[in-house]
Amino acid sequence: MKGFRYLRNVVTLELDREACTGCGKCLEVCPHQVFALAGRRALIADLDACMECGACMRNCPAGALRVDAGVGCAAGILNEWFGKRGIGGVGGGCC
Amino acid sequence: MRYQVPAGLYAIGSPSPDDPVVVTANYKMGYDLVRRQMAGRNLWLLVLETFGVNVWCAAGKGTFGTDELVGRIEKTGLSRLVSHRRLILPMLGGTGVAAHEVKRRTGFTVGYGPIRAADLPEYLANGLAATPQMRELTFTLRERLALVPVELLLALKPLAMVCALIFPLFALTAGPAAGVRALVALLGAFLTGTVLGPLLLPWLPGPSFAGKGALAGFGWALAFLAVTGFRSAGVFVSAAALLALPAISAYHTLNFTGCTPFASRSGVKKEMRLALPVMAGAVLLGGILLLAGWRS
Repeated sequence: MKGFRYLRNVVTLELDREACTGCGKCLEVCPHQVFALAGRRALIADLDACMECGACMRNCPAGALRVDAGVGCAAGILNEWFGKRGIGGVGGGCC
Repeated sequence: MRYQVPAGLYAIGSPSPDDPVVVTANYKMGYDLVRRQMAGRNLWLLVLETFGVNVWCAAGKGTFGTDELVGRIEKTGLSRLVSHRRLILPMLGGTGVAAHEVKRRTGFTVGYGPIRAADLPEYLANGLAATPQMRELTFTLRERLALVPVELLLALKPLAMVCALIFPLFALTAGPAAGVRALVALLGAFLTGTVLGPLLLPWLPGPSFAGKGALAGFGWALAFLAVTGFRSAGVFVSAAALLALPAISAYHTLNFTGCTPFASRSGVKKEMRLALPVMAGAVLLGGILLLAGWRS
């Protein structure tokens, strides 16, 4: 995505190139062009562009991708943190 | 006003068994956008039950998901109506749908089309080929502007509660004029964080949303103090304003990460772990300074 960069070196995306079959589905679903194909396997071309949506992991038939996907909004994460302690409705009612 | 349409299989034009199948959610606006783009063509539109939620959010929640898609294919008897076995899905549905699972369970191959319905005609004309632009998420000024009302509305109730606390607090201790000034300062910080921060997002320095919000909030605090007069406010109130107002603005801009299609979950968590205590501390310190100023 042009012109927008978020924090660096925080993304949890991991690709097991040994397991990759080169189907290219990750390239098809990634909205930030994180992947590229090289030598009939995928590689992570732009890690920091990843927004951890999880679409690649979901659509990898070889299970070669792993990422901590989930709600990426401050209010939602607050709900998660407080929800674990049994306190509801802290972050807001969006989801 | 209902924003859902019944899930199921719809015909656009008079589709034959060879015509394409496009899949979408049952959020009325998205559904209407697809129909508008596809007007004049013949194709099948498979609408999934996402309870009126758009594709992206529904995919994140799991309702625009593998099970719903497989179930909807079965319920509508799609395999008896079309001779091919291809589905065109909106790309942002990928977070909820596992293409290989759908293939295994229904025999249908999922092809992820463009992000935007507006690109569907070209995608179809290209023989189901997407250009790089069709797969690129943008976050233009207009797109950011469209999201500002959502953030504003969601924050209104907590804002009202805070105002209900702030006004009496200041009015009772320093008079109604002070109460009004405090409200204006608070509302300004709130609007800076929910409106100005998001609009100026790419131009505010640094990758951190809280940082961008704090900077904008600091600008508001300076402007507010300049207009109301540093001297009349005094050292304690000025210092409190310069601490608390940026914190309030920062919090709201940080919350805009939820509307942002490039902020990673891990990044937001990291920001929150750092920024929330700092914001809370700034507000607390501001409160202490106000108290000290009132006492002195």
